[in-house]
Amino acid sequence: MNEDNYLNAGFTLRSWLLTTDHKRIAILYFASLIFFFFIGGAAATAIRIELATPQADLVSSDMYNRLFTMHGIVMVWFFLIPSVPNTLGNFIVPLMIGARDLAFPRLNLLSWYLFMLGGCVTLFAIAAGGVDTGWTFYAPFSTLYSNSHVVAAVLGIFIAGFSSILTGLNFIVTIHRLRAPGLTWYRLPLFLWSLYATSVILVLATPILAITLVLIAVERVFGVGIFDPKISGDPLLFQHLFWFYSHPAVYIMILPGMGVVNELISCFSRKEVFGYKFVAWASLAIAAVGFLVWGHHMFVSGQSVVASLVFSFMSFIVAVPSAIKVFNWTATLHKGSIRFDAPMLYALAFIGLFTIGGLTGLFLACLAYDVHATDTYFVVAHFHYIMVGGMVTAYFGGLHYWWPKITGRLYSEAWARAAAILIFFGFNLTFFPQFILGAEGMPRRYHVYAPEFQVWNVLSSAGASVLAVAYLLPLFYLGYSLFFGARASANPWDAPGLEWQTPSPPPEYNFEVQPVVTRAPYQYSKNFKAEPQNA
Amino acid sequence: MWRAWIPFWHEGVSRHSGDVDLLFTGLLLASSLVLGLLFFLLALFCIRYRAGNRVDRGGRVAKSWHWEVSWTAASLLAFLGLFVWGASLFLDIYRPHADELSIFVVAKQWMWKVQHPGGQSEINALHIPVHHPIRLIMASQDVIHSFFIPALRLKHDVVPGRYQDLEIEADKPGHYHLFCAEYCGTEHSGMTGELVAMEPADYAAWLSQQGPSSSLAQEGGALFRQLGCSGCHGLGSKVRAPPMEGLYGTQVALSDGTTVVADDKYLRDSILLPRSQIAAGYQPVMPSFEGKVSEDQLLRLVVYIKSLAGHQP
Repeated sequence: MNEDNYLNAGFTLRSWLLTTDHKRIAILYFASLIFFFFIGGAAATAIRIELATPQADLVSSDMYNRLFTMHGIVMVWFFLIPSVPNTLGNFIVPLMIGARDLAFPRLNLLSWYLFMLGGCVTLFAIAAGGVDTGWTFYAPFSTLYSNSHVVAAVLGIFIAGFSSILTGLNFIVTIHRLRAPGLTWYRLPLFLWSLYATSVILVLATPILAITLVLIAVERVFGVGIFDPKISGDPLLFQHLFWFYSHPAVYIMILPGMGVVNELISCFSRKEVFGYKFVAWASLAIAAVGFLVWGHHMFVSGQSVVASLVFSFMSFIVAVPSAIKVFNWTATLHKGSIRFDAPMLYALAFIGLFTIGGLTGLFLACLAYDVHATDTYFVVAHFHYIMVGGMVTAYFGGLHYWWPKITGRLYSEAWARAAAILIFFGFNLTFFPQFILGAEGMPRRYHVYAPEFQVWNVLSSAGASVLAVAYLLPLFYLGYSLFFGARASANPWDAPGLEWQTPSPPPEYNFEVQPVVTRAPYQYSKNFKAEPQNA
Repeated sequence: MWRAWIPFWHEGVSRHSGDVDLLFTGLLLASSLVLGLLFFLLALFCIRYRAGNRVDRGGRVAKSWHWEVSWTAASLLAFLGLFVWGASLFLDIYRPHADELSIFVVAKQWMWKVQHPGGQSEINALHIPVHHPIRLIMASQDVIHSFFIPALRLKHDVVPGRYQDLEIEADKPGHYHLFCAEYCGTEHSGMTGELVAMEPADYAAWLSQQGPSSSLAQEGGALFRQLGCSGCHGLGSKVRAPPMEGLYGTQVALSDGTTVVADDKYLRDSILLPRSQIAAGYQPVMPSFEGKVSEDQLLRLVVYIKSLAGHQP
């Protein structure tokens, strides 16, 4: 590392905490997210240990309810939503489009500070005694009946929401305004199309969440009747507002993962992504239709039958663009020259797990079956296949793929492959039995359960212990590579994207000279050599 | 029955459970086919086109819209089929039947309280006769709960502030789980009970064993006088208020020109929010009973008014 890069541009704490370099802000996010991931993970571990037996043994019911609430809040708002956009996205977006930074570098730093402030307020709520409403904050339980720190938790999420909005805004403006000469919309790598779609949802949906959270606080603190029927409120109003944000939020949590997988599949099969335009527009279709399906969370809530029919129909429609993506990824492999480096293993695992998550989503979109399956472990398994099997797997895949670029170091390929395989098996062992539990009728958020469900719970808990070890592994070998790993070249995977055409780690201003894009992304020659976008 | 072959698949006991299981099997088969095809192609491509494997890679499939349109159309058609199947069964489940027996269910943190029309009450248990459609009229005293009986493949949220009704019917005598499926606080997982389906004769015997002092309608009648309702709505009252006799089940003309059916929900709303639906020709002078009557009292009043359906005003 003789030449100047963003890592050796300054070594003081101030040079990190007041940086406006998107790459350093990405590192700040990485560090924060690792912290939150392990907090959420610790709660999950405690839950799975408790559920190994049907009786209550490890914790009290109040504690159990606080654990799954903390797990949900931390994982959704302080890990999954910011995961790919704020870490990999922050780092890679300007590099991919040949820009010096994001459009609003100081806003970017503000976004991190808001995120940390929101995180600290939420951690305070947890440390002060926790929250027991579930991450969904259903009223009137959250507004009147819960004796826990609802207002503090809601405030933390409210603040972190502004971080989401700023990041989304920053990406939208950056992708519109800062593309390198020659980088037309249809020459954008698909990762950017995904992040663009994600940003649109972040900007449009997060304000609804903010309003909803404020209304909770208003009813709880001032007793203004909004959701509680005892004071003339309407509990279903809360669900409509909450899911109007929270269902699109599911797409905030999966679209960036899909974007990462495009990059991985293409690079490691040495072929351009099949059906580029269809995959690109599928992202925007998901973002748009995703706003029209929220009522499928409320099929048994007493909403009108007509509403249920419409929401069920729209939920099937929103699955179509996801199916298009899966088919195109598979077709990309056809007649490629496929290498099985660790990022590719994650990408293949993503396709399998995401497809299972998506197909079981159809079960839940199907009205008559949802009546039985909703609020059971079937739902828990379904969304973990999407969120963890999909998004977290894609996050790890992207992290490994761009690791040499970010750190300038190579990790141990053998360990990385072992971890990828272990995560895949641990994940399936943890969550597949939960489909069976749900189909049998075990409700979610149950601290104690009927003894007949124990076998599948024990399997799930066994899987969780494998998964816990598997998720800890990268901490060690990636941490080791940071100090002792071999130096990475500018383009270790021989990929054509702009981010690979500058040294690893990149210099402070990303490119020595302004790159000029001359061709579509993902181009490889006959002998599978990358043809850089700017050559 | 084929379901018995799968050790963890407990057979359903409602009229619709077989259809729901068939739908589940259909979804399972369709997903397995798609997943099987996908995994086969992934494995095939990964092995055949692995780097270094000398295999013909010429003549690649040109990117054409034919492929895209084909698999998009195929997915869409399959999805539409599943939508129609699920939706029609859903409509069927909620189609009411004649000759229903009404049973009231009050949910509160953290118990299920059941009131039979004859005045028998039970906690965390629901006794019903088999082969008889039962209309559950459910109310919550506090937060949202959800009435879930896996063996019937049925669930319905019990949202406070309104009646929710659900028709259930069991085909086979036995004891089945009753769960609260909507998270409701500390003892959510303890808010369980059982559905006891009995032969009609056994049910009748069970009812008489409970030995209620008075029926729900009688208790409701007492409340009707005690709370002062009879002062205005009673026969020979000086205040002009709509009579309750012969009211239930009829069309009521409202002052805004619309009409509503005087059902359980209408009666409940009229007691709690009397000014929301004013009967045509009457002054809006009735005070609200919101917060003054519990769900238990409310359902007795409703049953009482219902029992006056056959009387002449």
